Amino acid sequence: MTPNLSAVFYLLSGILFILALRGLSSPESSRQGNYFGIAGMAIAIIVTFLSINNFGNGFIYVLAFLLIGGSIGAFIAFRIPMTAMPELVAGFHSLVGLAAVFVAIAAFLKPGAFNLGNVGNIKLASLIEMSLGAAIGAITFSGSIIAFLKLRGIMSGSPITFKGQHIINLFLGLGIIFLIYYLCKTQSSNIFWSIVLISFLVGVLLIIPIGGADMPVVISMLNSYSGWAAAGIGFTLENTALIITGALVGSSGAILSYIMCKGMNRSFFNVILGGWGATDQSSTLQTKEQKPVKSGNAEDAAFLMKNASSVIIVPGYGMAVAQAQHALREMVDSLKKNGVKVSYAIHPVAGRMPGHMNVLLAEANVPYDEVFELEEINNDFANCDVAYVIGANDVTNPVAKSDPQSPIYGMPILDVEKSKSVLFVKRSLSPGYAGIDNDLFYRDNTLMLFADAKKMTEEIVKSL
Amino acid sequence: MEIDPFIFRLSIFILSIFVGYYVVWSVTPSLHTPLMSVTNAISSVIIVGAIIAALAGTSDKIFETSNIFGFLAIILAAINIFGGFLVTQRMLQMYKKKKNKK
Repeated sequence: MTPNLSAVFYLLSGILFILALRGLSSPESSRQGNYFGIAGMAIAIIVTFLSINNFGNGFIYVLAFLLIGGSIGAFIAFRIPMTAMPELVAGFHSLVGLAAVFVAIAAFLKPGAFNLGNVGNIKLASLIEMSLGAAIGAITFSGSIIAFLKLRGIMSGSPITFKGQHIINLFLGLGIIFLIYYLCKTQSSNIFWSIVLISFLVGVLLIIPIGGADMPVVISMLNSYSGWAAAGIGFTLENTALIITGALVGSSGAILSYIMCKGMNRSFFNVILGGWGATDQSSTLQTKEQKPVKSGNAEDAAFLMKNASSVIIVPGYGMAVAQAQHALREMVDSLKKNGVKVSYAIHPVAGRMPGHMNVLLAEANVPYDEVFELEEINNDFANCDVAYVIGANDVTNPVAKSDPQSPIYGMPILDVEKSKSVLFVKRSLSPGYAGIDNDLFYRDNTLMLFADAKKMTEEIVKSL
Repeated sequence: MEIDPFIFRLSIFILSIFVGYYVVWSVTPSLHTPLMSVTNAISSVIIVGAIIAALAGTSDKIFETSNIFGFLAIILAAINIFGGFLVTQRMLQMYKKKKNKK
């Protein structure tokens, strides 16, 4: 296949990828979109084979490795529980990052195969592109590994901070740029390897100070990085499909990070520089005073909801941890049989990744037209009889609207307190990730249900 | 003076960022998780580079260092391609509308 023809096909696969993302604008078109994506990928792979004329028996090896990787991927995709999606996505990001590093290394070792010049005499532009691709890829890899370990619970979710952290990061970042400059001058392989190694280190240092509740931002950010790494490699290989995809993924991740930051009313840099509540946590714990709390049991909750005309469910990360989505759906089914109108309200940063709650509810067969975003449903709380808060905390805290001193002041929250009564399922009165007390616990219209989210919901189902 | 092909690629890159910007804003928030998994899958089109790297050189010297990096990258990208698209498919199958009254 001539280079011109294959370039046209790469463009085609880039367009199919755009259509794949376009399909996600509604659940109906999304499945078709996914097929576009698969078609685009198939075209890119086949065209690559056809454009390498003379590959001999190497073809068999490539196919074998493709199948090995493919079966591992398929196995994971079918076995993974939906509650583990955040760590799966983080894990996948790390693979893209590492693949980018490997391709960059291969291109550096054998530039002739990619038409980039010869060893020790690689074209200047290609050298910059491949070292940038390798550096961003390495940061994506090690950063995603840390995110994966934190999400999986292997590593503590609390921020790890130490003195001079930001200065070290800055120093290392400048060091990478400096080394790329020297690489261009000397073409030395030692410098190339140092760039890769330092970038691995930067990835680790970048993610360890970020706490568990900020994971939605981290995952989106790493998503973005994996895109920029792909684009960097795309420039090196002069491949349109890779450049288009890299730009799409890069901007997609950036937009998601922006949406997540806005959902927490924090600036991007504030999140990246880490440690939410690391300093204010101690002060809030000291000022905590004993306030009266009303608590109830499953029968009270069942009675309240059965006699309500409308109920809004507010799920959060706690629901995912307790795997309570199926029990929740059962509860809603029996409520509906009693003629209660039920809808779900989802805060943008509920869960550990963008859209996390929606997927879990979809898994439990909740129709997506009963699930609403913050802006769509927030006015309905005033007219609703019961709000059932399951596993959410900070996103319902009215302090965000009333107390300018609070670290979450200004964060958009669900106006749960406006509903006639609030049922709050929680194990204890302990504060959420922001480290602040939830004012909602002490309101007159709040009934605390102290229990595991799943057990409590199951008991309510029995009492209904 | 002739225009450097790099400029063309840069134009494609920048225009694609704009396309991505508008397309991603139109994605419904409830599908943000599938969006992440599908972007994951498509960014593995980096496999194109991995295949070129793996097949570089003559066929009798297929396992030189650079080829091995290519093969490793093929495995990683393939895990991502299959895993990413399939898990997206699995998720999207679950999004259902309210059942019509029987």
